Amino acid sequence: MNLTLLILLPLLTAVLILLAKGLQQIRVIGLTGAIAQLGLAGWFLKSFLAERTSGNNAAHLFESNQTWFKALNINYHIGIDGISLAMILLTSVIVVAGILVSWTMDKLSKEYFFLLVLLSMGAYGFFISLDLFTLFFFLEVAVIPKFLLIGIWGSGDKTKSAMKLALMLMAGSALVMVGLFGIYYNTHTFDIVQITAQGIPVGVQKFFFPFAFVGFGIFAALFPFHTWVPDGHASAPTAASMFLAGISMKLGGYGCLRIAALMPDAAHAYAWIIILLATIAIIYGAFATMMQTDLKYINAYSSISHCGFVILGIGMLNKTSINGAVIQMVSHGLMTALFFAAIGMIYSRTHTRMVAQLGGLLKAMPFISTVFVIAGLCSLGLPGFSGFVAEMTVFMGSWQNPEGAYRLATVLSGASIVVTAVYILRATGRAIMGPISNEHALLADSTWNEKLAAVLLIVGILIIGLAPFLINHLIMPSTDAIMLQMGKVNLYK
Amino acid sequence: MMYNILIQLRQELVLTVLIFLLLFIKLGKDRSNESILNFINAALFINLGAGFCCHETGELFNGMFNTNALIVFEKNLLNLAVLLISMQSYAWLKNSKHLIEFYLLILTSLLGMFFMISSGNLLMFYLGLEMSTIPLAAAANFDLTKRKSSEAAMKLILSSAFSSAILLMGISFLYGTTGTLTFSILTAHLNGNPLQLFAFILLISGFAFKISAVPFHLWTADVYEGSPVAVTSFLAVISKGAVLFTMVNLLYKVFTPIASTWYLVLVVLAAATILIGNLFAIRQDNFKRFLAFSSIAQVGFILIGISGSSQIGSASLIYFILIYIFSNLAAFGVVSVVSALTGKENISDFKGFYKTNPMLSWVLTIALFSLAGVPPTAGFFGKLFLMMAGAAKGNYGLITFAALNMVISFYYYLRVVKAIFMEEHATPIEKLQVPTVSKLAMYICVVGMIVTGLASVVYDYIYSISIGL
Repeated sequence: MNLTLLILLPLLTAVLILLAKGLQQIRVIGLTGAIAQLGLAGWFLKSFLAERTSGNNAAHLFESNQTWFKALNINYHIGIDGISLAMILLTSVIVVAGILVSWTMDKLSKEYFFLLVLLSMGAYGFFISLDLFTLFFFLEVAVIPKFLLIGIWGSGDKTKSAMKLALMLMAGSALVMVGLFGIYYNTHTFDIVQITAQGIPVGVQKFFFPFAFVGFGIFAALFPFHTWVPDGHASAPTAASMFLAGISMKLGGYGCLRIAALMPDAAHAYAWIIILLATIAIIYGAFATMMQTDLKYINAYSSISHCGFVILGIGMLNKTSINGAVIQMVSHGLMTALFFAAIGMIYSRTHTRMVAQLGGLLKAMPFISTVFVIAGLCSLGLPGFSGFVAEMTVFMGSWQNPEGAYRLATVLSGASIVVTAVYILRATGRAIMGPISNEHALLADSTWNEKLAAVLLIVGILIIGLAPFLINHLIMPSTDAIMLQMGKVNLYK
Repeated sequence: MMYNILIQLRQELVLTVLIFLLLFIKLGKDRSNESILNFINAALFINLGAGFCCHETGELFNGMFNTNALIVFEKNLLNLAVLLISMQSYAWLKNSKHLIEFYLLILTSLLGMFFMISSGNLLMFYLGLEMSTIPLAAAANFDLTKRKSSEAAMKLILSSAFSSAILLMGISFLYGTTGTLTFSILTAHLNGNPLQLFAFILLISGFAFKISAVPFHLWTADVYEGSPVAVTSFLAVISKGAVLFTMVNLLYKVFTPIASTWYLVLVVLAAATILIGNLFAIRQDNFKRFLAFSSIAQVGFILIGISGSSQIGSASLIYFILIYIFSNLAAFGVVSVVSALTGKENISDFKGFYKTNPMLSWVLTIALFSLAGVPPTAGFFGKLFLMMAGAAKGNYGLITFAALNMVISFYYYLRVVKAIFMEEHATPIEKLQVPTVSKLAMYICVVGMIVTGLASVVYDYIYSISIGL
C-alpha cells in the first residue's frame, strides 16, 4: 500500500467538502474522512509492526521514490520509520478529535472544514517525506490554513495574532530554505537517505545548521522565537488551537530532530546553545504561565515550557533523551489538544475563559470538568499519564550527560515541574472546584461529539502513560538508527 | 528562402495580418463591440496556436533576426498573456468607443517585442524596443477623460525617452570600442576595458529602466496607477517579460567575457530592488500602486535568479515569468473587473469582499499567495527555483537577505487577504456580474497557478530549451 494515500485521502475529503451542501453534509464528510485517515494510520501501524517482526530492518518502510523535477534532482521520495509513524498516528487522532469538537461550527463551515483538512494534509505530507524539498513544500502548505483559521474564526485580537503567527512561521521557513540550499549545493541532492549516506562536510554543517535548526525551531516555539505561540493559540478557534499545538508545533520538533540527525557534527558543536535555550524556555514558560489569568493563555504558555523538553531532549543527543523527545512530542500533542478541547467546551458554555470568573464547574458539567482535570494532571506529569513517561525519559536521557552544566540544566528543568504543579492546581482549584456562580449552575454538560473527542484523546494519553513499552517498541529502533547515523552513539555512555 | 521566411517569421506575420485586419474593420461599417471583441479574442487564440506549430532554428536577414525553440516559446508566453489580458478587459472594453485602437496599440507593441526578442543585432534590438514602447505610451493615455491617465502617459513617454537615450549612448560606446553591433561578433571583441564597462553600465541601466529595477523604478507606480488596468497589466507582465527575456539572452550569450562584472551589478540591483519594492508596497492603498511595487520586488527576485548564470537560472526565469503571467494577471483580472464595474481601486474597498463575491475573492487570494510564493501554488516553485539558481554562486548573504524579504512581502500580500476575509466594510462591493469571458480567463489563470507548479513537465521542458552561461 502506498503512503501517498495519506495525502490523497485528505485531498479527496477536501474536494468533497467543497462540493457538499449544508453543515450536516460537510461535517459528516469531514468526520468520515478523518476516521478513514485514522483507520489508514492504524493500518500502516499494523503493517509496519508486521514488517518489523518479520525481520525487515530497513531504515524506512513503504518507500517509494519518483522523480519530480528532473533537472534539479528533486524527487518525490517518501517512506516512514517509527518516529514518523508515531507522528502520523498523533496527527490522525487529533484530526478526528478536532473535527468532532467543531461539530456545530456554522460560520462559513465549508471553508472551515476545508482548511482543517488541508492543514492535516500538509502535516501528513511533511511526516512521510524523505526528500528535503518535499518536506519543505508540505511545511509551508500547513502555514496558510493556520492564518485563515485564526484570522476568520478566531477570537480576541485575531487578525493581529494570525498575522504574527504567519509571519513568524514564514520567517522560520525562510531560514529553513537557506539551510536546505546550503545542504543541496554541497551534496547535490535533497534526498535525506542519500545525504545521510554520503555525509555533509563539517564546515558546511557548522554554517548551515543554525539556519535550518532555528528555522524549524521557530515552529517548535524555540526560545526566543516563541512569541507567536501564546497569541496564536489563544486567538485560534478550538479545533485550530488543537491542530496548532497538537500537529503544527510537532512539525518543528520533528524537523529539528531530522536536521540534528543530518548534521551530527554541528549538532554536537552547538548542543550547549540548544540546551541553554531549551532550559530557558522550560523555566521561562513555566513562570510566565503562573502569571496568566486566561485559560487559553495558561495552556499556550505551558506549551512553550513543554516544547522546551522536546528541544532539550534533542539537544542532549543521546538515545534515551531523543526517545524522550519523541514521546514528549506525542504526549504533548494529545495532552494539549485535550486541554484546548476542554477549554473550548467551557468557553462555548460560559463565554469566558478568565479563571477568576469561573468556579465550581464540576457541579454543572462533571464530564467536561473531569476532562479538564485529566489534561491538567497529565500536564503536570502525574504517573499513569503520558506526560510523566515523556518527561521522565527526557530527564533520564539528559542525566546521562555527566558534565556539570548539563546536570544543572537537567536539574533546573526538572524543578520547573513544581511550577507546573502550582499553575495547574491553582487553575483547576479556582475553575473546577469551589462554589459555582448562579448563571453557570444551569449550564449543560458535554454533547456526544465532545465526549467522543475527549475519550479518544484520553485513551491515547493512557496508552502511553500505562503501557509506555508500546510506543517505545515503535520508536526505539528508529532512534537507534538515528544514533548510529550520528556515529557517536557511545559519546556520553 | 521564401518558405523559410514564412516559417521563421510566422508569429510576427500572423500578428501583422491581425493588425491590418483590425484596421480594415475600423474602416468598415459599424459593428457591435461584443462581436468585435469576440472576433479579436478568437483571433488572438489562433495567434497563440500558430506559435506552437513547426519549430525551426535559424536566422534571417544576415543574422538580424534569430529564432529557435526558446525564442518561439518566449513569444508564445507573451501571446498567452495578451490573450488573457484581452479576455479580462472584456467588461471594460465593451463600452469603449475606441476598442480597436486599443488593440492596434498593444498588438503593435507586442510585434515590437517579438522583434526585440529575436534580434541578433543591437540596432534591431533598439528598433524593437522603441516599437514596443511608443504605442504603450499612447495606450496609457487611453482613459481620455481622466487626468491621471494622461499624466501616466506623459511620465511613461518621458522616462522611456530618457532610458532609450541612455541605452543608445551605451550602444554607441559599444560600437565605438568593438566596431560591431552584431551579437555574434561582439562577444569576441569584449575585453572589459573601462569604456566598454561604462558602455555596459549604460546599457544595463537602460534595461533596468524598462524592468523598473531600483534605482530606476520611480516612474513605475505613477504610470501603473494612472493607466487603465489592462495597460497596467500589459506593462507589468508582458513588457517586463519581453525585456527580461532579451536581457538574459544578451547577458548569457553576448556579455560572457565580462560575466563577473555583470554579476556584481545584478547583485546590487537585486538587493536594492527587493528591499525598496517591498518597503514601498507595504504602504500602498491603491491596488494598482500596490501591485506596481510588488512587481518591482518580484523583479528583484528574478534578478537573483539571473545572477546565478546557469541553465537553471535562465530556465527558472522563463518558468517564473510564465507563473507570473498567471498570478499577476489573475490579480489584475479581479481588479480590472471590480474597477470596470464599480470604479473602486483601493485595497480598503475590498474589505468584506468575501461575503459578496466569494469566487472573485478566492481567485484573488490564490493569485496573491502565488505572488507571495506559498505552496501549493506555482509561485512557490517559481520563486524557490530562482533563489536556488542564485544560491548556486554561493552568495548566501544575498539569499538570506532575499529570504527574509520574502517574509516582508508575505506581510503585504496577507494584508490584502486579511481585508478580503477578515475585515468588515460598511458598504462592501456588491455582488458583481462578471462577464463569462473574463471568468474563463480567471479560471485559466487559477488552473495555471496550480498545474504549472506541481506538474514538473513544464519546468523540464523549459529547462531543456534554455541556455546556460
